[in-house]
Amino acid sequence: MNSNIFIIVIASAIFYGTPLFFAALGGIFTERSGVLNLGVEGTMLIGGVTGAWTCLHVGGSAWFTITVSILMGALAGGLVSTLLAFLCITLKTNQTVAGLSITIFAGTVGLSSYLANIWKVSKQPVPRPIRNLDVFGLSDTPIVGPILFHQTALTYLSWVLAILATIYLFHTRIGLQLRAVGESPQTADAMGINVVKYRYVHTIFGGMLAGVGGVFYSLAIVPLWVDGMTKGAGWIAIALVIFGFWRPSLALLGAYLFGALQSLGSTLKARNVQISGDLLDALPFFMTIVVLVLVSSRFAHRKLGAPAALGVPYEREER
Amino acid sequence: MTSEIAVKMTGIVKKFPGVIANDHVNLEIMAGEVHALLGENGAGKSTLSNILTGLYRQDVGTVEIGGKKVEFNSPRDALNAGIGMVHQHFRLVSTFTVAENVVLGESDSSLFMDQKAVATRVQELSDRYGLAVDPSARIWQLSVGEQQRVEILKVLYRGARILILDEPTAVLTPIETTELFKTLRVMVSEGRVVIFISHKLDEVMAVSDRVTVLRGGRTVGTVNTRETSTTDLASLMVGRSVEFNRVVRQTPADRERIVLDVSDLCAFDDRGRVAIESVSLSVSPGEIVGIAGVAGNGQRELAEVISGMRPITSGSITVDGESVQSGRARSAIAKGIAHVPEDRLHTGLAAGHSVEDNFALKNYRSMSRFRILQRQQIRNQSTHLIEHYDIKTPGSETPVRLLSGGNVQKVLLAREFSASPKVLIAASPTRGLDVGAIETVRERLVQAADSGVGVLLISEDLDEILSLADRILVMYEGRIVAEVEAAQADRARIGLTMGGITA
Repeated sequence: MNSNIFIIVIASAIFYGTPLFFAALGGIFTERSGVLNLGVEGTMLIGGVTGAWTCLHVGGSAWFTITVSILMGALAGGLVSTLLAFLCITLKTNQTVAGLSITIFAGTVGLSSYLANIWKVSKQPVPRPIRNLDVFGLSDTPIVGPILFHQTALTYLSWVLAILATIYLFHTRIGLQLRAVGESPQTADAMGINVVKYRYVHTIFGGMLAGVGGVFYSLAIVPLWVDGMTKGAGWIAIALVIFGFWRPSLALLGAYLFGALQSLGSTLKARNVQISGDLLDALPFFMTIVVLVLVSSRFAHRKLGAPAALGVPYEREER
Repeated sequence: MTSEIAVKMTGIVKKFPGVIANDHVNLEIMAGEVHALLGENGAGKSTLSNILTGLYRQDVGTVEIGGKKVEFNSPRDALNAGIGMVHQHFRLVSTFTVAENVVLGESDSSLFMDQKAVATRVQELSDRYGLAVDPSARIWQLSVGEQQRVEILKVLYRGARILILDEPTAVLTPIETTELFKTLRVMVSEGRVVIFISHKLDEVMAVSDRVTVLRGGRTVGTVNTRETSTTDLASLMVGRSVEFNRVVRQTPADRERIVLDVSDLCAFDDRGRVAIESVSLSVSPGEIVGIAGVAGNGQRELAEVISGMRPITSGSITVDGESVQSGRARSAIAKGIAHVPEDRLHTGLAAGHSVEDNFALKNYRSMSRFRILQRQQIRNQSTHLIEHYDIKTPGSETPVRLLSGGNVQKVLLAREFSASPKVLIAASPTRGLDVGAIETVRERLVQAADSGVGVLLISEDLDEILSLADRILVMYEGRIVAEVEAAQADRARIGLTMGGITA
């Protein structure tokens, strides 16, 4: 019985952690290029509402509908982060302010809810939600079955992405140059690397991943659109980037840790364990605050290996 | 040496807001030579090399490489044309390894790097040119000298035929400098071109084949190193005394007394390296002591130490026999030291604050009652100072950053003088000002001295020091290397000592 709870918590930690990881991986790409994206929460919501709308309006097989919905969510997230990229990279605005503006503009009381309103998707159950798969028919295998072989396709995709992202960042030329852009744009520029291009591409790609994370909320977790349904997952994702030392593998573990905290409440409630639900719901955010406070000092930032030029707009030194 | 022209820059003009950094500069460099670019700070050396490496674009003028006209829009274009630059401030990613830094930006289309091949190639280059460095070491683990070798390896790896080194010896020990010179000779023996930017005369004499001298953004001339001497170069570099008017002083200095006494002072710079080494000097009441030298030889640190902004590691500072606490600006102020810092708008004043608030920054304690600022009192003081110092401002409440450079400096001088100091430290007080403002500032300094203040004037502008100072000290690499009475000062000799030649 006890081990049973344990397995359920792990399995659902992976489920709840999946959107967090998508957003955090996006954040890693963005921050590795030297751009700080505090607009993740808003980006996820736009992705989520776009995904829900697509799912409600595109017919075809389940696979087709879901794939198109995810792609549309990614596209929407990409568009939102293009705006952020323009503000931060081209206009060289303060990145903290730009990111917060994006979250406020696109977030709960902003564009995402407006779109939900005019598209009439609010609280409409999506016809083809993302379901957990039964991989190789092994989902009933004791212990490993629910954990490894009974997850969603997006979860499996995220594992592939974690590996690909690690190879990309640390073993390819482009990854090396990306990290150089985030560490020392002056050096990168002097070596003929196009700093602006690298920052745009990775900020936009990061936003696309955040959009996919949003789709996971409206198509898998609930699965219908509710205004502000990510409930701060974007902020957790930002903490995860730091928590994971800007590395995909550690961010994946971190995402599952936070996923566990999120799932603990519902799991325990279902088992009639007497504990305040509000307290449990607050746990991930409490952790987020602790992580952010711990790492927000300049000293810690340097020690943890944050990209040295993170949050600093690049300008060629002109007199 | 072949007589083929490798680089030809003709009529280069580059303007920045308020300054003409390059004013019709011509430069011709032969293949297989070490060509020195000599000039004081602000002579336009760095701007010229930044144009050659594609970082800046010239407003007017042409650049030819190997006889072909080129247009560089980015550093990549310059790299592709075989031009590589070793910057004074290294362009290295400190968390990366040597090999990773070397391959950065390489236009190789392969997705993965062959780490081993890169390391082998780096090793080959470092053996061939005597640039010993471990390809797998991370940059932050290396000494400054080693980091410079990585910079050179980087440009060699890219196959650069033309290497520009900006003040390469500034960060090196004498032994490392000798090693570097050997490396440079090997490179030119293979037909490469080395452009060596420096203001150190002996090094230019030691390593170069020809020298082009820049002054005030213009080309003064190109000479063969073998046919010149440090003396000739020095006079080319600092220019002949064109307008050399000694200011007539009302009250001569009281040389019997000493107001500021600095003895055996040592201090570090921001990076923790020794910036000032056993500096001793004294200033008498009413005396203007000029500190000459090329920027970066410890002058800024000296000004900061005396005004209490930078801690001293050993030595002492006294004003009228009372010692000033190390690194305590308030102690320095209390003892009567006024400071006009180099960066007037950031260190000297609060740029976003109003003129009157800036006046009150130093004496706000006497402008308050029960710790509440007395606005009227501050306003009255401000009105008085604005009038007395002839400051052109729309009003007392105008933010200082909106004033012109000359008026910003007047605000600063007014505040510092109004505290009736005993000693005034003025660092580059006329830099960047127009002619009229320069005159005003100089008059104010002389007036201060006439009223009995001991003035320490730190300036890169030798003319300014020659026309204002009673006594001249020359700083080089953190030490006072020469001292002369201004009346007997010989311009060329001072130029030599500024370049590190003590004869």
